[in-house]
Amino acid sequence: MSKQKIIVVGNGMVGHKFIENMIEHPDYDQYEVVTFSEEPRLAYDRVQLSYYFAGKTVDELMLTSPDYYDENGVRFIVSDKVVNIDHANKKVVTASGREESYDKLILATGSYPFVPPIPGKDQEHCLVYRTIEDLEGMTASAKVSKVGVVVGGGLLGLEAANALKNLGLETHVVEFAPRLMAVQLDEGGGQLLRSKIEALGVSVHTEKNTTEIVAGETCRYRMNFADGSHIETDVILFSAGIRPQDELARQFDIEIGPRGGIVIDNNCLTSAKDVYAIGECALWDGKIYGLVAPGYNMAKVAVSHITGGDLAFEGADMSTKLKLLGVDVASIGDAQARTPGCLSYTYSDGHAGVYKRLVVSADNKKVIGAVLVGDVEAYGNLLQMMLGDIEIPGSPEALILPSIDGAAPALGVDALPDSAQICSCHDVTKGDIFEAVKGGCTDLSGIKSCTKAVTGCGGCAAMTTQVMNAALTEMGVEVDDSLCEHFSYTRQEIFDIIRVKGIKSFDELLESHGQGHGCEICKPAIGSMLATHWNEYVLDDKHIGLQDTNDIFLANMQRDGTYSVVPRIAGGEITPEQLIVLGEVGRDFGLYTKITGGQRIDFFGAQLHELPPIWERLVEAGFETGHAYGKSLRTVKSCVGSTWCRYGMLDSVSMAVNLEMRYKGLRSPHKLKMAVSGCTRECAEAQGKDVGVIATDKGWNLYLCGNGGMKPRHADLFAQDLDDETLIKYIDRFFMFYCRTADKLQRTSVWMDNLEGGIEYLHEVIVEDKLGICEELEADMARVIDTYECEWKKTLNSPERLKRFAHFINSDLTDDNLAYVEMRGQAKGRIATDEERQKLAKGVEIETVELV
Amino acid sequence: MSEWKDICKFSDLAANTGVCALHNQEQVAIFRVGKEQKVYAISNYDPIGKANVLSRGIVGDIKGKLVVASPLYKQHFCLETGECLEEPENSVKAYAIRVEGDVVQLQA
Ligand SMILES: Cc1cc2nc3c(=O)[nH]c(=O)nc-3n(C[C@H](O)[C@H](O)[C@H](O)COP(=O)(O)OP(=O)(O)OC[C@H]3O[C@@H](n4cnc5c(N)ncnc54)[C@H](O)[C@@H]3O)c2cc1C
Ligand code: HEM
Ligand code: SF4
Ligand code: SF4
Ligand code: FES
Repeated sequence: MSKQKIIVVGNGMVGHKFIENMIEHPDYDQYEVVTFSEEPRLAYDRVQLSYYFAGKTVDELMLTSPDYYDENGVRFIVSDKVVNIDHANKKVVTASGREESYDKLILATGSYPFVPPIPGKDQEHCLVYRTIEDLEGMTASAKVSKVGVVVGGGLLGLEAANALKNLGLETHVVEFAPRLMAVQLDEGGGQLLRSKIEALGVSVHTEKNTTEIVAGETCRYRMNFADGSHIETDVILFSAGIRPQDELARQFDIEIGPRGGIVIDNNCLTSAKDVYAIGECALWDGKIYGLVAPGYNMAKVAVSHITGGDLAFEGADMSTKLKLLGVDVASIGDAQARTPGCLSYTYSDGHAGVYKRLVVSADNKKVIGAVLVGDVEAYGNLLQMMLGDIEIPGSPEALILPSIDGAAPALGVDALPDSAQICSCHDVTKGDIFEAVKGGCTDLSGIKSCTKAVTGCGGCAAMTTQVMNAALTEMGVEVDDSLCEHFSYTRQEIFDIIRVKGIKSFDELLESHGQGHGCEICKPAIGSMLATHWNEYVLDDKHIGLQDTNDIFLANMQRDGTYSVVPRIAGGEITPEQLIVLGEVGRDFGLYTKITGGQRIDFFGAQLHELPPIWERLVEAGFETGHAYGKSLRTVKSCVGSTWCRYGMLDSVSMAVNLEMRYKGLRSPHKLKMAVSGCTRECAEAQGKDVGVIATDKGWNLYLCGNGGMKPRHADLFAQDLDDETLIKYIDRFFMFYCRTADKLQRTSVWMDNLEGGIEYLHEVIVEDKLGICEELEADMARVIDTYECEWKKTLNSPERLKRFAHFINSDLTDDNLAYVEMRGQAKGRIATDEERQKLAKGVEIETVELV
Repeated sequence: MSEWKDICKFSDLAANTGVCALHNQEQVAIFRVGKEQKVYAISNYDPIGKANVLSRGIVGDIKGKLVVASPLYKQHFCLETGECLEEPENSVKAYAIRVEGDVVQLQA
């Protein structure tokens, strides 16, 4: 049987979702998929488009890749627009003349920005906001402009205003309606949003009807309004709504709505046989959905219909929650209270800048809508109550009143049905999350990767966590995050105990808060916390038993029980003299020598008794321990930066050396890596580090919580254009906050993925000092820095300690189970295999290996 | 039969750590646990990591059994019997050990 051929016109968010759903379908091998995109690239995340200005790259915004399509046999043609459908012969024709036949045709052409027919609208710096190219255009315009106006005060308009403001323009919003976000907000909510946005320095002009755009006097353009007033501006950005891209369908007798949009039925079929429409180009029940979630749903329905399933599209909820210019806004259901007979409750706190309105059914029992500005905590609850048609427990006003005694009348997630949608971006239900937990995802980052919940807008994080915990409890998994069987406290609680009670040793803590003897989980974890807080010598009598074997001997144990030695080479900078000393040490002790991934030099194959003499030589030449053995700061990698590089903006090496010298020796829940790049070319790969610093023409950009390793994660941009002092202040606070609150052996990346509120919350703690602890964090860090001492230097001065550096306590002999094989010119090229060791024991010579 | 051989001084052992002794051509890991004068001895060879390293592991207790965790791959070996809790087929030998005055002795 030949395959059915499906053509998808438009590779936007929804077109791609359709293809992804097809690929995941069990019968996918019976289909062949071809997709066309007018844009020069495959689908990207339009919802996150504004993050482009916050430093997200095009690569990071991509939803798919040519490789993924290739692997799954999807043919794709980009930068070619479909201009003709020959429905009688079932084929499409593109602008470049390519023809392609189909069995099923999917129109996923999206929408285009509506630009009102104002005379003068077609000038060079009159822009729209929809594609990556539009954003590139905005950046270019902003460079030659001072003032910008956004036409349209809706959701997208305010996002665009934020972008203009971030591009450094004096920003205005011009709105035709009497208030902002007229579709989603009621008057009170619109007013409060306006005052908050004006407080941020964006001017808002409502009830303005632009009549023409002419040449300006102080700026490039002047916009004249119907009421006789005007405004001068250099850039105009239209965000006055979207129109469905139905051009293709219009050329044939496919039914189009009276105001545009390709009419579809519950199966997403258009009026033409075998032609479907999905996403923002589709008109269902007289409505265009300008959000991505309903589009995803349509994609699912179309796949189901093609493959013989029975899903149907039944409309979608348009509730939204978002942060506009830093202000939280949410709108649920009938926010405008248009339902006949409905009742509303309003709460407003002018001082805190909070406005909430609750709309309930005539019988006062069901939530039918809500508006929240400034405090959107109730969003998840209210939305679920509306969607689940759940009766309000107690009196409705309690749902929006601030809880004086702290006990918010929250609707337990237990009350929700399994079908309740928790994440609307990815259509993840309560049932899906329960299943994922049963399948073994027991923390938020696990849930994120197996259900995709929280990975879209992120608005569902709190609700998802609640559902996950409920699932864990139901399964009888006590959400037990105690450290181990010896301490029934979390790592964070233990850290607080150590700080507040001033506890200085493991034994003291075990006596007052634990039981038994401890184990290899709690001992190093507590050893690390004591070291973070008090920074005492780790080989001190009371600490030595807590250290992992690496820390005990201040070196990294390798597979045969010998050790590797890594001196610190801050920032990767080294003098030729020092380099020679390293060469001599490697030669004299016969060590396998290799350059590490962290820009320093590692010597392998040192036996215990060799460690002190090796370090004596190193310390004498001015080297310090590199802490490669500890859960602590490793290296600060750097590129060469402005002192040599043609592109360098700032001196990345000096910064890297400073940072490494500042944080060296800091013991932490897990290892910490940093890097500094001298410009956006990012040669030091700083975005793959726990802390990444990249120079710009205005200062340093700070990236946090990146990771290479097993599960790579790009660091999040945290702050931009910082001076040296602020940069260091933020890193001090960040490290200490992480050290206090992370779980044992939790890298910053996982910590961040599990941090409720994510990067925004971190920003509030570190920049806005929401918890009022910044001073304390800085003081804690200052203590660690002040008490730094090189552990190897100290150890060499203690004969008592040096006694431990011998294989046997009662003999000068050494381990007889060690053997090496020469490789590429190094005698200890590799550790011999067990077989080889047995041969050696019998006196048989091993062949040496020489690879070139 | 019960002849004992001196190995080292008790005061050479730091609390809750191990050392390795050479005894009858065998490598023996000796551990001092807790505050009392209590010592334990098992083979120093980790049969899973195939290296002489057990004396360098962290000691503690798991469900009431005193153990050392291998510094290589973290399996637990019982200090009294040498039993490997995770892979009993990889258990190691335990040695008779005592403290006489300040001297640690292994049975010859
Ligand atoms: C700045 C911004 C912020 C947004 N924020 C949110 C948000 O927070 N939440 C939310 O739910 N939604 C948001 N949206 C809306 C969301 O992006 C859209 O609902 C979604 O992208 C619609 O997907 P689509 O596939 O239907 O259309 P699109 O993503 O627009 O894709 C259509 C594609 O088809 C191509 N195309 C059109 N005609 C042809 C042709 N004839 N031949 C070949 N290719 C063609 C187009 O070039 C385009 O690439 C936002 C939109 C923008 C612009
Ligand atoms: C026994 C375990 C390990 C040892 C002994 C070890 C040791 C080292 C050492 C010595 C370095 C050189 C860094 C430096 O110069 O200080 C290094 C680098 C690195 N290690 Fe490990 N490592 C171990 C496990 C891991 C694991 C499990 C991961 C991944 C999850 C990992 C990821 C990395 C990475 C990504 C680098 C490169 C760092 C950079 O480019 O800056 N290591 N490791
Ligand atoms: S990141 Fe920039 S400054 Fe640094 S080496 Fe690369 S190009 Fe040069
Ligand atoms: S990547 Fe694996 S094999 Fe290589 S050093 Fe790291 S832990 Fe060892
Ligand atoms: S609701 Fe947007 S990510 Fe879940």
